[in-house]
Amino acid sequence: MIHLPLLPVLVPLAAAVLQLALHRAGMGAARGIGLASTGLVALLAAALLWTTREGAVFAVALGNWPAPFGIIFVADRLAATMVAVTAAVALPALLAATEGMDRLGRHLHPFFQIQLAGLNGAFLTGDLFNLFVFFEVLLIASYALLVHGNGGARVRAGLHYVVLNLAGSLLFLVALGLLYGTLGTLNIADLASRVAALPEESEAPARAAFALLLAVFAFKAALLPLGFWLPHAYGAAAAPVAALFAVLTKVGIYAMLRLSTAVFPAADWTAGLLTPWLMTVALGTVVVATLGVLAARRLGAMVAHLLLLSTGMLAAAVAEGSPPMLAAMLYYLPHTTLVSAALFLLVGRIAAARGEAGDRIAHAPRPGAWPALGAAWLVLGIAVTGLPPLSGFLGKVMLLSAAPADATGAAIWVSFILSGFVGALAMARAGSVVFWERPDLPPAAPTGMPALGPALVLALGFVPLLVLGAAPLSVHARAVAEQAAARQAYLAAAAPGPVARERRP
Amino acid sequence: MELVLATGIGGLVATGVWLLLRERAFSVVLGLALLSYAANLFIFAGGRLAPVPPPLVLGEVASGATPADPLPQALVLTAIVISFGTTAFLVALALRAIGESGTDSVDGGREEER
Repeated sequence: MIHLPLLPVLVPLAAAVLQLALHRAGMGAARGIGLASTGLVALLAAALLWTTREGAVFAVALGNWPAPFGIIFVADRLAATMVAVTAAVALPALLAATEGMDRLGRHLHPFFQIQLAGLNGAFLTGDLFNLFVFFEVLLIASYALLVHGNGGARVRAGLHYVVLNLAGSLLFLVALGLLYGTLGTLNIADLASRVAALPEESEAPARAAFALLLAVFAFKAALLPLGFWLPHAYGAAAAPVAALFAVLTKVGIYAMLRLSTAVFPAADWTAGLLTPWLMTVALGTVVVATLGVLAARRLGAMVAHLLLLSTGMLAAAVAEGSPPMLAAMLYYLPHTTLVSAALFLLVGRIAAARGEAGDRIAHAPRPGAWPALGAAWLVLGIAVTGLPPLSGFLGKVMLLSAAPADATGAAIWVSFILSGFVGALAMARAGSVVFWERPDLPPAAPTGMPALGPALVLALGFVPLLVLGAAPLSVHARAVAEQAAARQAYLAAAAPGPVARERRP
Repeated sequence: MELVLATGIGGLVATGVWLLLRERAFSVVLGLALLSYAANLFIFAGGRLAPVPPPLVLGEVASGATPADPLPQALVLTAIVISFGTTAFLVALALRAIGESGTDSVDGGREEER
């Protein structure tokens, strides 16, 4: 199957078209097509993981145009892992949407599929311009998903989100223009060889282009000075949409990781582009997000800040950049994405069960299905804040033991451990406010819903899997990090052979 | 020619940023549109400004004449389509926000006024 890397993009796109064409066939058809397509993407992700397990890198050149000129899709271990994480989050999110939220507006299902196609495309594409195109595909779907279900707050948060992201996309375009103007290519693998051969007088504009590009990725990953939109937008989104958005910030992290492993080691002047400032920014994000977790007055905002916190930790690992640190990060990334998504789904459940009080952290009648909801909150709280014995703890131990033994390592230790402590404190406080019985308040009216629902059960099911499968998962993460750090396989597959080109004027 | 293009792009960016920072959604939309024009012109300039033959090679290539770089033109075309589509969506969303909050302010009016 030489076209395997294309299918995770094509299948959801085809499903979206089919859903729009069968629009009149009713919600059942749209749900069926959506679930079938998402399940198929999960199978394709498994197939990608299987074919890349030996370390092979597959590149597909569209229309057989040779690599630096044509459009290529590249599947290596890293891309396959990211596609698998996306599919694992998308399945419970879509299941949760079919529990009734998809009736609040029209066309949730096609947008969900387009978002899926955009995410997979961003992970699998081999050149920066197509990365931009897939960013736009996933963003335009996310704009529509964010305002799905209406409500004044959601439209306002949506407007801010759209304006900020459009401004970010324009910066992305300017960076691409500058990069093409100086280096003459946008193919990631080709960039690596051109960077090494760049005459010294062109270094400054190329450096500015990379800096702009990294700023855009930092904005998408919601790192410190550019991340204040995230709690706002994610806190306002409906629960299934917010759960899917847990993958969105990882696109920024992935793009930084790809550039920093494939392109930046190629030359001296690019090697130090990321490290000095990204570590500061990442640890700053951890600190600010920790304060945000403590200060949040709604469960949704709290989970959004927890997501921000984990993004900061991932970015710190990318900034550190040593293969053991990247391996630890690649174990932590699936864990944090899946657990954050499950938390968003759980908050949606709690808000629905509490009725009027919604997800505010305030005394209100105890929700009807409190034993199950409270137990889920406890389990996910332990996982997300990194307490033993769940996957968050394992991930943090791996990250901390891979941290360097110098001042940077000390900063990593202090901020990660304190953020975990404060996070646990905030989760415990919110849980006791929401689930503790108040004799002076009347019990909440039963909603007639099942306590957890299949979506949340599926999302919770990943938690024991991440713990029990920790050994094979960390072996896989180490293989991914080694392949990314080795570079040659990716570069050879994505740009076969040097291409003779005239020197640009 | 370079000077005209550079000052033109600079003027578009300056105006666009100024409009983007205004309170009314209408100005913000206009600002983003101007910024996208600037970004598109910038990409176009990435293919170099030079009086060269078009990138259509029929038969033999005339010696010594390097044709224009066709890729920035393809990139710019894609960028134009995308920014056109997103601007249209933003206009629709801004109209919706007016319908929801009754004001054209991007913050939906001040808290104390509501």
